[in-house]
Amino acid sequence: MTAAATSAAELAGLPESPTVGAGGQEVIHVTRERYLEVTGALRDAGFEMCADLCAVDYLRHPDRPLPEAVTPERFEIVVNLLSLERRQRVRLRVQVPASDPVVPTLFNLYPGTENMEREAFDLFGVCFEGHPDHTRILMPDDWEGHPLRKDYSVGRVPVQFKQAPGPR
Amino acid sequence: MTSEELKAETSEGLQELQERDETGPVALAIEEGSQFRLPEGPVLNPGDIDVEFGEDETMIINMGPQHPSTHGVLRIMMELEGETVLRSKPIIGYLHTGMEKTGEELTYVQGATNVTRMDYLSPLHNELVFSLAAEALLGIEIPPRSTWIRMLMTELNRISSHVMWMATNGMDLASTSMMIYGFRDREMILSFFEKTTGLRMNHDYIRPGGVAADLPDGWEDDVMSIVETIPGRVDEYDELLTGQPIFKRRTEGVGIISPELATAMSATGPILRASGVAWDLRRAMPYLAYDEVDFDVIVGSVGDTFDRYAVRMNEIRESCKIVRQCVEKMPLGDYRAQDKKVTPPPRARIDESMEALIHHFKIFTRGFEVPPGEVYTAIESPRGELGCYLVADGSNKPYRMHIRGPSFVNLQSLPPLLRGGLIADAIAVISSVDPVMGEVDR
Repeated sequence: MTAAATSAAELAGLPESPTVGAGGQEVIHVTRERYLEVTGALRDAGFEMCADLCAVDYLRHPDRPLPEAVTPERFEIVVNLLSLERRQRVRLRVQVPASDPVVPTLFNLYPGTENMEREAFDLFGVCFEGHPDHTRILMPDDWEGHPLRKDYSVGRVPVQFKQAPGPR
Repeated sequence: MTSEELKAETSEGLQELQERDETGPVALAIEEGSQFRLPEGPVLNPGDIDVEFGEDETMIINMGPQHPSTHGVLRIMMELEGETVLRSKPIIGYLHTGMEKTGEELTYVQGATNVTRMDYLSPLHNELVFSLAAEALLGIEIPPRSTWIRMLMTELNRISSHVMWMATNGMDLASTSMMIYGFRDREMILSFFEKTTGLRMNHDYIRPGGVAADLPDGWEDDVMSIVETIPGRVDEYDELLTGQPIFKRRTEGVGIISPELATAMSATGPILRASGVAWDLRRAMPYLAYDEVDFDVIVGSVGDTFDRYAVRMNEIRESCKIVRQCVEKMPLGDYRAQDKKVTPPPRARIDESMEALIHHFKIFTRGFEVPPGEVYTAIESPRGELGCYLVADGSNKPYRMHIRGPSFVNLQSLPPLLRGGLIADAIAVISSVDPVMGEVDR
């Protein structure tokens, strides 16, 4: 997986300049406002499959390496797009503030993101505006909280040792 | 008990398929017409769809989570008109154990034991994708022998997974002999795994930095006896199922998916290939040493259940070809990287050197630090693209470990596959998607 001759940003004619991550993968940082536009441009440029969409909670790792123009926020939506024809991948990273964790849905561009966005909502509480079925997917409907957030502690099953710690 | 009381007692909430009059027109149109999902497809006006079914004409029923043919705890709610499936919705989460959260609590050394439990039919693929991601962040090279051992083991795992699929698919279509044969032949491969890794499943064999142990003495004979037996057995399955009229009637033309829809729904693996797209990560974006072996990418033409069956069956044959080449080309050398940072010292050194003992202890208790960064690696698992998105913050544990499970994503194509078919066909279609619930729910 080395960087292709023509970068995805060039193909789609984007003003954003891509960076190269580990393993020679192309990463484009987009703002929330340009998220739909950039994704749409990439889809028109031949990235016809959305391979993966997930969220990351950077609460405990705020000083992660980022390009200078990007303001770090608590949440990040990471989208991996794939071009079958060009055999090329590109990754989009969108910063989402904790005070307003809403991003537009990609459902109308890539219907395959339906489950992935529901998972990101369920486990991180990031809302996807316009998603047709915005419900929890892995956790029960009446579950409180979003388990993969960093301020959601790991549960513990009490075991029968004499001085075992109780549930946190 | 009235129907309202019954519903209140059995309903679990909003995730479920809602009644027709409680579903908005846009949501209904999405569920109704799979064309509507297609980005390039004709834009459908939600008002044009015939949603005028009377109160008594349709019925919502549950299939699962305890139905034997749903491969674990998959629950599908279907709206039926007579015996025809109109809308359907897979409801998942019954096996959710928070493995991604657990992965953040385990070191990189322990991480492989966690991910291997996700897709329990192809554990080695899970370990491989995690190890590849960790190695990409560490920036270490692994020796050629460990690359080829990984290839050998994952291809054997692909055979065992597909054979297992043939078995359960046979069972779903009422061919119990196929089930018995499938389990019998899978056992051969699992015995070899047991001999090599110590366990039949959940191996923790492929680790960041190489593999846990070298292949056992006489492994060539074991592997050759497997790849000499399996193709003959596959021919037997072929004879048992492919031409059989009942099997053909139940699979041909059932659950058709077009290549455009499969791509739009992010379906990968045999589903995408059966619809005619020659997309196999082993060929398209070679990892390990797949660019040095000779194999064919099996492609279907119609995209129905029969094609998905045929693709998997022929992939067993192709995997046998790859395994043979692995045996021929297996290089000599080290089976793990000699990087002091990630590799524990050899067992013999521990008896004679205090430093080696400390080093060994440190690697297995504290693990090793991985430099900050993020990486997405993907491999072709028996079910499709298995991806791992790993974020490291410089500590000894992954900051975030996300596994893109192919079954999880492929399940989305179930509603368009089921729509318009009979409920009896639903069993064949669910089976042909090959969901492994351990990976769907993680």
